[in-house]
Amino acid sequence: MKVSIFSTCVVDLMTPNVGIAMVQVLERLGCEIDFPASQVCCGQPAYNSGYLEDSKLAMKNMMLAFEHSDYVVGPSGSCIAMFHEYPKIFKGDPQWELKAVALKEKSYEFTQFIVRVLGITDVGASLEGTATYHRSCHMTRLLGERETPFQLLEQVQGLQMEPLKNSDNCCGFGGTFSVKMPEISEQMVDEKCGCVAETGADILISADMGCLLNIGGRLSRKGEPVKIMHIAEVLNHYNPAATKEEAGHEPANG
Amino acid sequence: MSLQTDKREFNERTTDGIGNPFMRNAVSSAQDSLKTRRLSAATTLGDWEQWRTLGQQIRQHTLKHLDYYLGQLADNIEKKGGHIYFAKTKEEASGYIRDIIVQKNAKKIVKSKSMVTEEIEMNHVLMEAGCELTETDLGEYILQMDDWDPPSHIVAPALHKDRTQIQSVFTEKLGYTGDESPENLARFARTVLRQKFLEADVGITGCNFAVANLGAINLVTNEGNGDLTAAIPKTHIAVMGMERIVPTLEEMEVLDNLLCRSAVGQKLTSYISVIGPSAAGETDGPEDFHLVVVDNGRSEILGSEFNEALQCIRCGACLNVCPVYRHIGGHAYGSIYPGPIGAVITPLLGGYDDYKELPFASSLCAACTDVCPVKIPLHEQLILHRQNIVKEKRTGAAERLQMKTAGRLLASQALFGKALRLANPASRLISRHGRIVRGPQLVRGWINARDLSQPVRQQDSFRAWLDKRKGGSGQ
Repeated sequence: MKVSIFSTCVVDLMTPNVGIAMVQVLERLGCEIDFPASQVCCGQPAYNSGYLEDSKLAMKNMMLAFEHSDYVVGPSGSCIAMFHEYPKIFKGDPQWELKAVALKEKSYEFTQFIVRVLGITDVGASLEGTATYHRSCHMTRLLGERETPFQLLEQVQGLQMEPLKNSDNCCGFGGTFSVKMPEISEQMVDEKCGCVAETGADILISADMGCLLNIGGRLSRKGEPVKIMHIAEVLNHYNPAATKEEAGHEPANG
Repeated sequence: MSLQTDKREFNERTTDGIGNPFMRNAVSSAQDSLKTRRLSAATTLGDWEQWRTLGQQIRQHTLKHLDYYLGQLADNIEKKGGHIYFAKTKEEASGYIRDIIVQKNAKKIVKSKSMVTEEIEMNHVLMEAGCELTETDLGEYILQMDDWDPPSHIVAPALHKDRTQIQSVFTEKLGYTGDESPENLARFARTVLRQKFLEADVGITGCNFAVANLGAINLVTNEGNGDLTAAIPKTHIAVMGMERIVPTLEEMEVLDNLLCRSAVGQKLTSYISVIGPSAAGETDGPEDFHLVVVDNGRSEILGSEFNEALQCIRCGACLNVCPVYRHIGGHAYGSIYPGPIGAVITPLLGGYDDYKELPFASSLCAACTDVCPVKIPLHEQLILHRQNIVKEKRTGAAERLQMKTAGRLLASQALFGKALRLANPASRLISRHGRIVRGPQLVRGWINARDLSQPVRQQDSFRAWLDKRKGGSGQ
């Protein structure tokens, strides 16, 4: 199966190890990977801030970048959810509407693709530790995916999952919200950190790097010894080849 | 009270909210317990999603044919001997009510809970006309006794107060001598209010839904004060937002089900009443019935891109799940309509001059959209507001420039590639030990509360890894 990787700009800029882990897991599961190099960003930061016209430039670039892909898979429920909004945004635009629909139909968040397209829940990963999982709002509510991360994590050997209190509450990231309304965002991430600490878990897992940088950055500032891991890193945690290639890359929050 | 409850800047209001531990504790406990109750009440109804869809369809249908149903309502009310008045503005609405009161030489007025009467500043107008006005909803009564503290929630107006604060209001203003148990506080209020009902010349209620084919209004309450307000005084004036109407009892039943479950997690509230002008031969009830239908900007919203906001049935569920409301509380919105729905409708009713921050006071987590019993896409409506605010150039020049630059940068791999290469070396100037420690305003907002690593070095990037691998596999 041919899969085009959508790395997301956050992974490009901040956390390459997440992209690497995603590629390695998908290849292990038999996918043939390509990376359309002209891709950049889904356009969400500008779109959610109200800059519709500026955001459309980024969106058009993405529709062209993935025009010839069979499947597009990205390590972010939020960015994939943004792809799913494109048809609404370009409705009635003769040049772009069909491209928008096409991109939506072939785009999957990483865990969603493994479970719903490949039909796999056990990827053979093993990781010793206690973890809790943060659902991202956009993945659960906008993309509507609530199950696949849990189905995959259940099968990770040695991993003990602890439930997270108030898991439906937003962590306060919200893209530009966190810098536009930093005081409110701080209250939200503080409460989230409290809930994470309460679980006693030593790893916080999520399928969205934005939330993880937010919660992880706050945990680190507060001196909480919780490590953050993207779910791709967790699912890639067994492959000896991967361990070698990953050497030199620190976990996302150092 | 008017739409605007606080004229200070948004930042001042939120700082106040964040710095108020009593309020935050009260709000988060209420949110947490309402969530469980709402979910269980929703589940017992069967397929909740189908009910929501039905609710949405009913609301959309009614809005689409609003002129027809309002016409039918007016005919039926007049046929039964009642009066109906269509008020274009808040001044017309409160002026009409004042005129009735003056004409009847009424002095004592009881009121049950109604947000729209706040919107039209009715209390103020009537008190200025010399009336003694008593709020009879317990929450509203507490606020009135606390020198008209503004409501902070559309269903539970005194949500921001805990029992200790309520006890001290009653002690200070009413000579209450009991303890802080809710039962005793409520019993005390009930004794005071019972007398007010008996003495009142006019009762003023809101209206959850007008029922068009009956010429009647539907009230949904838990305390029974709505029914006493409507039944005891000789004159009953009901005030409704123009859009709050259903065709028949059948649609009312659906919406009441959605309303009670979404608002308070009850299958039904204690009282679900359908009230109108007394029919011939009825010996109880008021002699005179007036329904005031308030437009006050709603017809501008009707048919606009914000049309769906008019579907709202004022259940408050979006407030009860909103993580922003949770931390800043209702007063921070500076409007009688707080929370996500408030952030959508307040700028529509009150304008962007006073309320341009509200649509940005959301992380767009969509918890509101998810919970709305009539499927208003609340977070999408907030984005629409943001687009308008940007279009009207109400955001800062620096932000507009940043967005324009970012827009170009994020749409072209050539430019983005350059930025990626420069990001790490540039960030060295503002970093220490691999962490960013200073930077422009936007970065500061983030690093004031969180650690942030430097961007990755070009040679360590995901793209570099892919390139290296491609090269490697060829050898």
